[in-house]
Amino acid sequence: MNFEFSEEQNLLREQAQGFLAEHCPMSKVRAVLDGEASYDRELWQKVAEMGWTATVIPEEYGGLGLSYLELVVIAEELGRVVAPIPFSSSVYLATEALILAGSIEQKERWLPKLAVGEVIGTFAMAEGHGRASAAGLATTADGGALTGTKVAVADGDIAQIAIVVAKADDGDGAALYLVELDQAGVALDPQRTLDFSRSHSRLTLSGAKAELLGSSGEGWALTQKLLDRAAVLFAWEQVGGAQASLEMAKEYAMGRYAFGRPIASYQAIKHKLANMYVNNTLARSNCYYGAWALNADAAELPLAAATARVSATQAYYFASKENIQTHGGMGYTWEFDCQFLYRRSKLLSVNIGSEGQWQDKLITAIEQSNAA
Amino acid sequence: MDFNDTAEEAAFREQARAWLQDNVPSADELEGLGEVEQAQLWQKRKYDAGWACIRWPKEYGGRDASAIEQVILNQEEAKYPALPGGVFGIGQGMAAPTLMAWAADEQKLRLLPKMASGEEIWCQLFSEPSAGSDLAALRTKAEKDGDEWVINGQKIWTSGAHYCDYGILVVRTDPNVAKHKGLSYFFVDMHSPGIEIKAIKQLSGDANFNEVYFTDVRIPDSQRLGAVGQGWQVAISTLMHERASIGGGGSGVDFKALLQLARTVTIDDKPAIEDSAVRAKLANWYCRRSGLKYTGYRSLSALSRGEMPGPENSIGKLVAAPMTQDMASFAMDLMEMSGAVWDEEFSPAAGLFQGTYMGIPGFRIAGGTDEIMANIIAERVLGLPQEPRVDKGIPFSEVPTGT
Repeated sequence: MNFEFSEEQNLLREQAQGFLAEHCPMSKVRAVLDGEASYDRELWQKVAEMGWTATVIPEEYGGLGLSYLELVVIAEELGRVVAPIPFSSSVYLATEALILAGSIEQKERWLPKLAVGEVIGTFAMAEGHGRASAAGLATTADGGALTGTKVAVADGDIAQIAIVVAKADDGDGAALYLVELDQAGVALDPQRTLDFSRSHSRLTLSGAKAELLGSSGEGWALTQKLLDRAAVLFAWEQVGGAQASLEMAKEYAMGRYAFGRPIASYQAIKHKLANMYVNNTLARSNCYYGAWALNADAAELPLAAATARVSATQAYYFASKENIQTHGGMGYTWEFDCQFLYRRSKLLSVNIGSEGQWQDKLITAIEQSNAA
Repeated sequence: MDFNDTAEEAAFREQARAWLQDNVPSADELEGLGEVEQAQLWQKRKYDAGWACIRWPKEYGGRDASAIEQVILNQEEAKYPALPGGVFGIGQGMAAPTLMAWAADEQKLRLLPKMASGEEIWCQLFSEPSAGSDLAALRTKAEKDGDEWVINGQKIWTSGAHYCDYGILVVRTDPNVAKHKGLSYFFVDMHSPGIEIKAIKQLSGDANFNEVYFTDVRIPDSQRLGAVGQGWQVAISTLMHERASIGGGGSGVDFKALLQLARTVTIDDKPAIEDSAVRAKLANWYCRRSGLKYTGYRSLSALSRGEMPGPENSIGKLVAAPMTQDMASFAMDLMEMSGAVWDEEFSPAAGLFQGTYMGIPGFRIAGGTDEIMANIIAERVLGLPQEPRVDKGIPFSEVPTGT
């Protein structure tokens, strides 16, 4: 047993921190938040040049063929700086879906482009408010043409391909489809978003040409597997954001004086920050386990992923809201950076399903392993 | 990173598993023995076969095992929840590492093997009626008389004092210097003349703790650990081990027991485990428990390198104790009206949840209250400043006190 990252992985972390300090200070997040652009295109290109988008893609498809332990290191650092790029959509979801279920032809066609960031991918599941289900899917496939409407498609306006969950062509089950977005049957309309640094869109499919990904009818199980894998990666981003929230709160509390002393010396503030530390530490430790289970494709992955996801979601929410509280009035201003973390924490927590949904999956995983 | 056993670890696990299978005492063997006798029987059996205090050096009764091997053994022992134990934790978990760091070689060779075998049991004499969270405010005094020290005063919250052979003791040797600088650290024979022990009845009705009175108790100077005036530093080293060893979170309600209860009781004629509100709560507790487990594993790497348990270990008790309280309370809610009954025959898990509910308030206080633990994390891990203090830089004798 070994519970540490390797020396090479720690070096990668240092390198990533140095790179992001230079190319993704909070001012870059602010620029996207304030501006017209949907993402930081320059940062995206640089991240791709660093090879981060290619991390786990096998070498035969133009990737680096590294492990998920390298990818989680990058995920944490991107989460820490609230990077305004479509990394989670393209890497954790679209690329993963292709690795998981793509045919050799599909992999050969898309993975090399995803690896270099030339193609941005996304994932389209939600159709309205509330929890999605296989039976409730209204998007249908007919002879390889999709019709229906998906909402809250992250980074949809800048993506070239989407992995769409729809009712299967044959039978009642669900299936995953790969849809090229630049075609006549596809309309993308921006939706105003909680986190302006990450655009979301409504995706209207009107007989859009689509390719089946994996086998038909097993799409729901495939979707769950994809989400389990993505959940570990999301959780690492969330842990990074939670840690950044704690550090921001600490720095402010040390420098802010009230009644003649730093507010960081009051127990009410100390205990708040100690609670952030506790939540973040527990979440990080669960993420270690999740990273191992993902990398080893272990049978425990559903439980490990849900555990990492629930604790990271809770840690980020707590740390980002209490960071604002620690700042007092200034924390509530547009001018301060607290908002970036607060916005992103909620965005990440609903992007692949709510805390409640993952709590439910966690108990299901325990009950299933108990029955097995 | 690899959460699986290496070949070597798997072999060790198999060895431990096989030995436990053949040697765990049967209910018949334990029948009629008291808590201490049961624990001693099992400890001696482990010691004789080389399975006691395995991380200790061989010369002290251990087997020079690694931290990972200790975890493997703990995991295998945990498969036998009815194993006796609990009385050696303070000695083996706290006094032993302190002795290893500060005692003379001859003392270590004499005391540690008997501690490992369970023949001699140790207790901790730190807290006082006026010195709890502010431990360094303790007043029990020691005065030098030739080669001996004469101790007068009172200690409190001493677990197991009535059956212990030795105690680790912090006393004030100089009231005229600043609070933390006037303390010294000793170990004391609990059978010494002048020691009087009185049980404290807890709110649960049990009596696990004691008051210990010292009247002209004489301790040889050779039983001092660390220099005169260095007692606080030695005590801190003990307390860090306390936080690591209590870190497991106290006894009582385990997640599995609660899960089992949720499967058996019903809400609207369906198993409670199918109710979404119940699932959400259970999931949260599972996450915290799992987080603690893997945090513990991660700290193994530091321990394997021989580092002291750091202030990060305060997290264990701070998380586990309140969580256990909430779980016990929730378990009784799941029973609805019958939750009020605490009866070994009638209550689920033989009354475990009611018993834990009554026992757990003590765990949130023992070994550092939740609030002190949060302060330790804030100040020693995060580096936040201390509150201004009125007792700094003045002799202890001039520090304001209550009545």
